[in-house]
Amino acid sequence: MVGAACAFYCADAGLRVTVLERASVAGGTTSAGEGNILVSDKEAGAELDLALLSIRLWRELGDRIGAGQLELQPKGGVVVAQTPEAAAGLAALTARQRALGVEVTDVSQAELPELEPNLTRRACSGAWYPQDMQVQPMLAAAELLRQARAMGASVRTRTEVTGFRRDAGGALAGVDTESGPLTARWVINAAGTWGGEVAALAGAPVPVLPRRGFILVTEPLPVVVRHKVYTADYVASVASSDAGLETSVVVEGTRAGTVLIGASRERVGFDRQVSLTVLRTLAAQAIGLFPFLAETVLLRSYLGFRPYCPDHLPVIGADPRVPGLVHACGHEGAGIGLAAATGRLIAQSLTGAATDLDLTPFRPDRFTPEPARAAAQPGGTA
Amino acid sequence: MSDRLRFTFGDREIPAEPGQSIGAALIAAGYRSWRTTRQGGAPRGIFCGIGICFDCLVIVNGRPSQRACLTEARHGDQVEPQEGAGRAGLAC
Repeated sequence: MVGAACAFYCADAGLRVTVLERASVAGGTTSAGEGNILVSDKEAGAELDLALLSIRLWRELGDRIGAGQLELQPKGGVVVAQTPEAAAGLAALTARQRALGVEVTDVSQAELPELEPNLTRRACSGAWYPQDMQVQPMLAAAELLRQARAMGASVRTRTEVTGFRRDAGGALAGVDTESGPLTARWVINAAGTWGGEVAALAGAPVPVLPRRGFILVTEPLPVVVRHKVYTADYVASVASSDAGLETSVVVEGTRAGTVLIGASRERVGFDRQVSLTVLRTLAAQAIGLFPFLAETVLLRSYLGFRPYCPDHLPVIGADPRVPGLVHACGHEGAGIGLAAATGRLIAQSLTGAATDLDLTPFRPDRFTPEPARAAAQPGGTA
Repeated sequence: MSDRLRFTFGDREIPAEPGQSIGAALIAAGYRSWRTTRQGGAPRGIFCGIGICFDCLVIVNGRPSQRACLTEARHGDQVEPQEGAGRAGLAC
């Protein structure tokens, strides 16, 4: 998704773009997601700024391409507090977010059923975020690539980057692939969860690591869940650095009728083995939020790997260690939502335009300790 | 024949062998479809027959979206054809 957005905005800015996809379109990180475009789960900071920009850009994309083409649904989000402690935490969070430009309304226990008639009556309070949206990620990635091609970009699937080419001065001059070399002035690393591998191949490592998540898929239903609905502990879970299993339930309907149930987080490398414990926990938590789910049938589950960085911020922008290398990866579980802003910022930085946001918090070399960074620079003193 | 069990399908009585699935019994009774799709109302019955495709959904004793190919027929079951998602009561 991030790569597709980069291709779209770069082609739109007049750059000549070639997309190299190792497998098939949306076949890696993108197809394992839910399609979240959220501001509600962001605390104050650089990621919230990025999310607010992205919400605006996704709306523009919907107007330009057609919301139906992307299954872009401006349905809004509802966060539910299930304990008095969670309710107090949620009220404090919404107050901080409101001060930063997030549209959010606190919702009382009595008002919750008006927003979500099938919600448990045992919730304490909630918050309604009208800016939250949902998109069908595979469809959106494919559509943005189609639009990019219409603007002159080319897309090569089943083409893995196997190495990087440098000029005499050490700057990137292109990439090697199994079907031959390609020259380029810039190479954008938008390899999702495999962004760390691509960065290492280019000689400029960034610590992008996998954080596994499962999603349950119900039978197709009529509209039974109107918004993106999740529990207040989801925000804490997203921001947590715990390596163990964490689950905080997220429930949403889709255009196709299936209801998606997330979200688990665990650091188990690229282990693809299905964990029945995780699936059971997610199902139980979802039933706690929406009791009717106990009677519905699960069609399947899927799993994927969020590309996370240790400080939970993505890596966006030119890499000062390797001229010509540009990163757009490490968005953790927010890559679909943050893709639009990332693509736009990359296009702005490559064309020399002023960027809508300061890219300093996302700089690729921020993980290197200061002394090591100085020593790594030519002529630097250790 | 004496140990044969019976369930109702709409207003008909369908015989079934012990251990037989509702789907197999319906096929044996001459039915080819017992559900209509959510969009377009097209007829559906057994497709994969092994529980994967969710095409053969049927309402069993009031519970919608049961897979006829996997659900064992029990004596006295009330089976109904399913229209669409079969969960209209939940819509909001």
